[in-house]
Amino acid sequence: MEYILIIISAIFVNNVILSQFLGICPFLGVSGKISTAAGMGGAVIFVTTISTIITYLIMNYILVPLDIAFMKTVTYILVIAALVQMVEIILKKVSPAMYQALGVFLPLITTNCAVLGVALLVIQKNFDLIHSVVYATATAIGFAIAMLIFAGIREQMEFSAIPKGMKGIPITLVTAGLLAMAFMGFAGIV
Amino acid sequence: MSHWKTFSNGILKENPAFVLVLGMCPTLATTTSAINGLGMGLATTFVLMLSNVAISLVAGFVPDKVRIPAYIVIIASFVTIVDMLMSAYVNSPGPNGEQSLYDQLGIFIPLIVVNCIVLGRAEAFAAKNNAFMSFLDGAGMGLGFTGALTLLGAIREFLGNGSVFGLQLLPSTTNILIFVLAPGAFIVLGFLIALVNRIKKV
Repeated sequence: MEYILIIISAIFVNNVILSQFLGICPFLGVSGKISTAAGMGGAVIFVTTISTIITYLIMNYILVPLDIAFMKTVTYILVIAALVQMVEIILKKVSPAMYQALGVFLPLITTNCAVLGVALLVIQKNFDLIHSVVYATATAIGFAIAMLIFAGIREQMEFSAIPKGMKGIPITLVTAGLLAMAFMGFAGIV
Repeated sequence: MSHWKTFSNGILKENPAFVLVLGMCPTLATTTSAINGLGMGLATTFVLMLSNVAISLVAGFVPDKVRIPAYIVIIASFVTIVDMLMSAYVNSPGPNGEQSLYDQLGIFIPLIVVNCIVLGRAEAFAAKNNAFMSFLDGAGMGLGFTGALTLLGAIREFLGNGSVFGLQLLPSTTNILIFVLAPGAFIVLGFLIALVNRIKKV
């Protein structure tokens, strides 16, 4: 039950993009087409889950015992950058099909603040390892869902007449605002 | 380029938030009030100035292949310094028991590391210019970012709470709460960028 609550709250109620504002860059940048949005979403789910496990272990078994928890920002970003590189290499070897689908998005993930954000939030919320993994995966699924819905809306938007000044980023942001408003409707369920 | 041009470039012509549309996460997340926007902007400015100077100094002898990890470590070190400074000096709760600035900005302080503006300026400017010019560029970009965040924060605070910098201007009956919540951030920024686009064309 506890896990279901974490999952629903991370996907819908506290959606990582629409209510916590993490990972806005890819949200605005690669949400033009449903297929690219799906690729990015998949890559984020994959990397967030693995990086949260590793950063959690590093925090609790290396940084805390050595009493250097203040080094977490430096350590985490390096771990995530190295991890993304490694995932890319392994994926290329093990599953070329998956590499084809996710490959181009992997380098972009290092600067996706959702990945680092989740790793930091897990520490802040005092989760244990299993809670952390559930929370990280659910958050990343929330990211993927928001990306997919938004890409769908943007594909439709290409056919509508938009005032000149609002074209591009402005209308995208206003649409995201309306989508965020829709997601606020989930606020009562948990 | 003259010194003034380098400095003012980031404030107006290439404003990071309104024109380059970089660093959107803190821009949207921390601008629930003018003072939060200002705090976040200044923290980013501090990191931007120091990391630009440090990177322009080491750029000459960092091998090209490992330059990105090297830059990220430099940036992360300055972010850690800012985090510790802010936790020491702006961490006291307000008179009415409201959260301290440090708590309100929360994880967005460590997340300055992944703010695209900082690494972007390191790559695009600091790696190719001397320390003083890089400092000016960092200061200009940082102040442009701070100005944008403060403006966005002030508008959202005024519409959503009837106040600016905590100074109550309208009675609370006219508050449109949605503007201090998540959707308001997207909508206000969208219209501000549209306005900037319009002004730039004229």
